[in-house]
Amino acid sequence: MVGWAIALHGGAGDIPIDLPDERRIPRETALRHCLDLGVSALKSGEPPLDVAELVVRELENHPDFNAGKGSVLTTQGTVEMEASIMEGKTKRCGAVSGLTTVVNPISLARLVMEKTPHIYLAFDAAEAFARAHGVETVDSSHFITPENIARLKQAKEFNRVQLDYTAPTPPKELENCGDSQIGTVGCVAVDSAGNLASATSTGGYVNKMVGRIGDTPVIGAGTYANHLCAVSATGKGEEIIRGTVARDVAALMEYKGLSLTEAAAYVVDQSVPRGSCGLVAVSARGEVTMPFNTTGMFRACATEDGYSEMAIWPNN
Amino acid sequence: MGGWAIAVHGGAGVDPNLPAERQEEAKQLLTRCLNLGIVALRSNVSAIDVVELVIRELETDPLFNSGRGSALTEKGTVEMEASIMDGTKRRCGAVSGITTVKNPISLARLVMDKSPHSYLAFSGAEDFARKQGVEIVDNDYFVTDDNVGMLKLAKEANSILFDYRIPPMGCAGAAATDSPIQMNGLPISIYAPETVGCVVVDGEGRCAAGTSTGGLMNKMMGRIGDSPLIGAGTYASELCGVSCTGEGEAIIRATLARDVSAVMEYKGLNLQEAVDYVIKHRLDEGFAGLIAVSNKGEVVCGFNSNGMFRGCATEDGFMEVAIWE
Repeated sequence: MVGWAIALHGGAGDIPIDLPDERRIPRETALRHCLDLGVSALKSGEPPLDVAELVVRELENHPDFNAGKGSVLTTQGTVEMEASIMEGKTKRCGAVSGLTTVVNPISLARLVMEKTPHIYLAFDAAEAFARAHGVETVDSSHFITPENIARLKQAKEFNRVQLDYTAPTPPKELENCGDSQIGTVGCVAVDSAGNLASATSTGGYVNKMVGRIGDTPVIGAGTYANHLCAVSATGKGEEIIRGTVARDVAALMEYKGLSLTEAAAYVVDQSVPRGSCGLVAVSARGEVTMPFNTTGMFRACATEDGYSEMAIWPNN
Repeated sequence: MGGWAIAVHGGAGVDPNLPAERQEEAKQLLTRCLNLGIVALRSNVSAIDVVELVIRELETDPLFNSGRGSALTEKGTVEMEASIMDGTKRRCGAVSGITTVKNPISLARLVMDKSPHSYLAFSGAEDFARKQGVEIVDNDYFVTDDNVGMLKLAKEANSILFDYRIPPMGCAGAAATDSPIQMNGLPISIYAPETVGCVVVDGEGRCAAGTSTGGLMNKMMGRIGDSPLIGAGTYASELCGVSCTGEGEAIIRATLARDVSAVMEYKGLNLQEAVDYVIKHRLDEGFAGLIAVSNKGEVVCGFNSNGMFRGCATEDGFMEVAIWE
């Protein structure tokens, strides 16, 4: 059976089971909304590259996910966003880092891919490139939410690098949680002709050092697509880089003949430590998988044969 | 088999008209760096330390495109990047947008060892450097007259290339007609990637790899290439250490360095087979080269470009420095 398929995520991490309604419901609503958007676009025959971009734009615009508006803050209380996009058939890709005023980092990544001979532009120069191309920019205060100001304060108080899905809990409980995971948003899509695309976007780590780059803009780590599959990863950036997570899913399919589900499960189980990573992936054959080794991952997916899912914690 | 092994490179894609003295200079530098590494390995210095010290030497020498002697951005400045990886636990560190740090590879190492992160860039990386007390110099230090001249040629070549009314001759002149070879859209006499790298397996079978560069001549400011990207320009695992050079965009798309290890891990290929495989099958229309060592003490170089500055040596006495096929 070969048809279209789409999967998206809003971050993997230590998402507490008792997440209060006011924090859970808006995200669930957003996931459903973005899934619907993506599905409509695929049904109208939009190319997967366009679909992945538009879904990630929507997630970036939503303030409850750690990308675009709602990005977590650096140690200086600023926002530094990064993103990457990849087209499976041609392996064309684009990436950006260190954005502070660009409303939709994923679209800038796409522009880098399409309008420059390069793959990756960063910081001041990426911002200048955005302006030169008339890309929408705003004052960087636009991206900062009260929730993230509070998260930064909490992280500084605990004086440790923290990922944003830790609920404000007393230090004792935080110790038990260990290093919890951070959000990032991403989308992978495939059409019935087997064209694949992946897009990922993030604000990074709460209290990260200024200039810290994570896995999201690193092709092969947070994002990858080739003729077999498209993958978008989320979690502890440093582990995803070491584990070359997104590339490895495809490499296992290619070199070891594993299926999409087997390859993705293997990477999440073996290539990264427990509690550090989740991913969404689709195959050229219209399959979809969303494994994670963290407490939860905001996710949703749908396939042409009518299957659809939206969830946060493991399905038991 | 077994024992230590080391390889160094000074870039893939060499102008076939490169004057003999330049070729000789390059070979001497490669030989000197190899010997530095060999002396260290014989004193049981660990792979990761050897990689760092050899690349520092390559960065300090103005000949190749890293540290001093880096290619220039479109504005005539230098922006360097580097990455280093320790195969044992696959720890890694990378930096980009470095403008005043004398040895970017050492800063990448510090990111790996002394920061909670894997990759720092631009002003954040420069701040970190100052806090770590590394040697800082003015950006001018890195700029050489040779490269100022090259930048001019690159700009002229670009404007010629984009102006379709002018036949592709002009200032690149004799060089262009004699060497129609192009990389990244520029005649090879100008493009000259010359990224540097080093891979080492030590006597304990530990692999490490590192890569350092100024990037593409006439690059846009803020352009990041393959050299600081783990999995693209640099990779090391328990099985091997790999450093790549050539067309950055092709190397990124191919996740070239990671793929060498992946085909060894997932297809059971040996080092030579793995290198041959990725060079043949992963580069599509791109041109690149790589050096690699295995935990068994093997060393392999592979490239589909027109030559690669390289040198390698193994504990059993083998040593070779070469440029062409």
